[in-house]
Amino acid sequence: MVTLTINGRPVTTTVANDTPLLWLLRDQLELTGTKFGCGSGICGACTVLVNDEAIRACSVTVASLADAQIVTIEGLAGEGRVQQPDSLAEQVIAAWIAEQVPQCGYCAPGLIIATVALLRRTPHPSDDDIDAAITNLCRCGTYPRIRKAIHRAASALPQSSHAQSPHGTPPAP
Amino acid sequence: MSPLINLSRRAVLKGSGALILGFHLPFLPVPAAMAGSSPMAINAWLKMSSDTVAVIVARSEMGQGVFTTLPMLVAEELDVDWQTVRAEMAPLDPVYANPLLGSMKTGNGTSLASGFLPLRQAGAAARLMLMAAAARIWRVPLTELTATAGVVGHAPSDRQASYGALAGLAGRQPVPPDPPLRDPTTWTLIGRSPPRLDSPAKVIGQATFGVDVRLPNLLHAAIRHCPVLGGTLGKIDDSALKAKAKDKERSPTGYRPGVIAVVPLTNAVAVVAESWWQAQTALADIAVSWNEGANADLTSASLDSALTKALDTTDSHAIAIAVSHGDADHAIAGAARVVEAVYHQPFLAHAPLEPMSATASVTATGCTLWLPTQDQEQYAKLLPPLLGLKPSQITVNTTFLGGSFGRRLESDFGIQAALLSKAVGRPVRLVWSREEDIRHDFYRPASVSRVTVGLDAADRLIGWRHRIVAPSILARVDPGALKNGLDSAMIAGLDDQSYALPALLIDSVRRDTGVPVGFWRSGWHSNNAFSTESMIDEVAAAIGRDPGHLRRTLLTDVPRTLGVLDLVIARAHWDRPLAPVTGGRRGRGLALHQAFGSVVAEVAEVTVFDDGRLRVDRVVAVVDCGLVVHPDVVKSQIEGAILFGLSAALTGEITFDKGQVLQSNFHDAKALTLAEAPTIEVYLVESREAPSGVSDAGTPPIAPALTNAIFDATGQRLRRLPVADHDLRAQ
Ligand code: FES
Ligand code: FES
Repeated sequence: MVTLTINGRPVTTTVANDTPLLWLLRDQLELTGTKFGCGSGICGACTVLVNDEAIRACSVTVASLADAQIVTIEGLAGEGRVQQPDSLAEQVIAAWIAEQVPQCGYCAPGLIIATVALLRRTPHPSDDDIDAAITNLCRCGTYPRIRKAIHRAASALPQSSHAQSPHGTPPAP
Repeated sequence: MSPLINLSRRAVLKGSGALILGFHLPFLPVPAAMAGSSPMAINAWLKMSSDTVAVIVARSEMGQGVFTTLPMLVAEELDVDWQTVRAEMAPLDPVYANPLLGSMKTGNGTSLASGFLPLRQAGAAARLMLMAAAARIWRVPLTELTATAGVVGHAPSDRQASYGALAGLAGRQPVPPDPPLRDPTTWTLIGRSPPRLDSPAKVIGQATFGVDVRLPNLLHAAIRHCPVLGGTLGKIDDSALKAKAKDKERSPTGYRPGVIAVVPLTNAVAVVAESWWQAQTALADIAVSWNEGANADLTSASLDSALTKALDTTDSHAIAIAVSHGDADHAIAGAARVVEAVYHQPFLAHAPLEPMSATASVTATGCTLWLPTQDQEQYAKLLPPLLGLKPSQITVNTTFLGGSFGRRLESDFGIQAALLSKAVGRPVRLVWSREEDIRHDFYRPASVSRVTVGLDAADRLIGWRHRIVAPSILARVDPGALKNGLDSAMIAGLDDQSYALPALLIDSVRRDTGVPVGFWRSGWHSNNAFSTESMIDEVAAAIGRDPGHLRRTLLTDVPRTLGVLDLVIARAHWDRPLAPVTGGRRGRGLALHQAFGSVVAEVAEVTVFDDGRLRVDRVVAVVDCGLVVHPDVVKSQIEGAILFGLSAALTGEITFDKGQVLQSNFHDAKALTLAEAPTIEVYLVESREAPSGVSDAGTPPIAPALTNAIFDATGQRLRRLPVADHDLRAQ
């Protein structure tokens, strides 16, 4: 039995300790915005925030997350949102729509989370920063638009101040 | 609003609240399969409520934008605010058959082509019926009414009513047989780029894909196929899954907690459990023996040599001649110069980001599927004999497709889900692991092509001979279409190529390999564009001509293709030298191809570093796809098609040993990443011709554009894909 904090709420689970977080989210909690793409930590479709870091939920076990703050796409947007409406996540999501990024859209939640984590640390990333940080796969080939959307979201952030984390932890240097 | 409207509104909405308008457009072609089965060949459905207009979309949304572009066609003629339009997926029903494909199917770049007229007509007819309804309520002549932005108005009496308020009565008006369509100069949606209707749900994780289907009482399944392609299940030993003594009470099935059933299938074993992870881990604990069958010795080397050997066949019964005009053999025999090359292309996986998945609920009286599929109708044919049901008892609900690229034309995962649900008597959601997806695909066929070109003393092309050897897709999916056992479909893109060639001989040789093959984005065009567009480049090099300008001289009689070529030459600054880089060599390559009614030309720019690394810097594409309904969707599809094809050309290759696929996940079946993606510019040719296919048409030119660019940079001619198999270090 493990208790985790998911989207601001404590969740107690009885799944086997070695169950990857992804399957707790998808099958037990029905938080299906976190997608399954490879199960091996490669594609990033399952990316969630763990203590504000982008983590691949298929590759971390439930047991390892007992003290962690986990935020899924449902926690960033929509009814289960745990952030303020004008948060960084809203900017990223708005940029995804403005640049008409999604084709099939299966990669979008994971990429949006990865982008939120990037912009929290590096509010105005260079193309090289983006290349290094965003390793999620998009088989539909929306990469040129992903890049534009990240720049668009970044340009909507204030130049000087840092993006606020939902949990009050300061952004990493 | 006047009191009269409120009255009428109440009257109309008294029934259901949301009313359905159906259209019978009898002047449209009715597919043969439908003839006689349905007296009401309804071509489009529109649901209206007071504040939204739902357009039923009868094509699967896999990223190509049909949830936006098809509703645009209806909305344009209906004259409604785009903000009020919603897209809704059609259920399986003969009325939703694709007139160009003969069944409810999505593919071949036909969605817009088949919908362009009927969906506008449906919108126009609906608008007239709404006006007719208002005319009856207000007792005014139709000619005094306007209908715009979702509102019918009568200026003389200053009355207005929303479409939604009129919908119920409108649905009972006679259907105008030949509604006039708007003058294209007055279009307000077509040709613009309104926001995609599917994006908002997708970006917040609320869109339902195949893996996301939720049902009460749902169980989860994982599957493991016979590792040898074509092999079958032998014996299962699931003793390791049996419940330990302490768990016995909690386990009515006798298996360890969570595991519900182990289900044998013809070529696989599946575990059904309370969660997918339990099912997947249980699979690993089952010992299975397989009947490996005829493919147990198959290797990539044996496949390649079988295909290559067949290039030289002289058995006329093995050769399907597709095009023969002039005497190419004679022209080549008498040529002053002959250029000949053999091109090898590998098997390729589709690997959409969402792995194969399907959810089924089978009872004694019916089977309902929820799944991402490009071909709904096949299940009504395939499932009844397996389940003991009638075709009318099969219901198919289509979810969003997390990519497809042709993979979800296949029926395998949907059938498996239905058999599993039947076996356990509860709804089951089956999700394949990525490993199963990579290892049990219907692969893009490998091919070996030989192209021989004869030139006269003045370096004019006088003969072209082209042979493709490959395994047949038709032999599996539509054996009736084979002619004398030959698959002539594999020459797609060769028979209608545009170059002026006085003597031409195109043929194909079918060599089945035991590897399951299927349609992959653009089908055979991907194989055939590579061999053709590589050869044109080889000829140009052999005679010292610029490959862009050589193509021009061969296209003088084909103004549409020439226009595309000229535009790409201009936009890519083809005639300007590339800026040099230190430590590397730069090059530019061009390819063009016609497919699915569209012409696409692409120029790739590359840098080949001295240490052998390759960087694709930029791709410029020009597209003539007829009338452009949604420019931004077209551009995004071309971007995607280029990157999909580029990913395959750079690293894509499925290889075999002992009948098994050697790749298993994205670490060895690599997919292009953001850091590797070039800048892409897409230019669209203005056209008033009917819209043609886009998302397939962008893929074929990129592989030859890439290898032509590598040749330009290095002098190395790559005749075997993928590029990653070659050493590009400076000599
Ligand atoms: S599913 Fe987790 S990285 Fe691919
Ligand atoms: S949009 Fe389909 S995988 Fe990215």
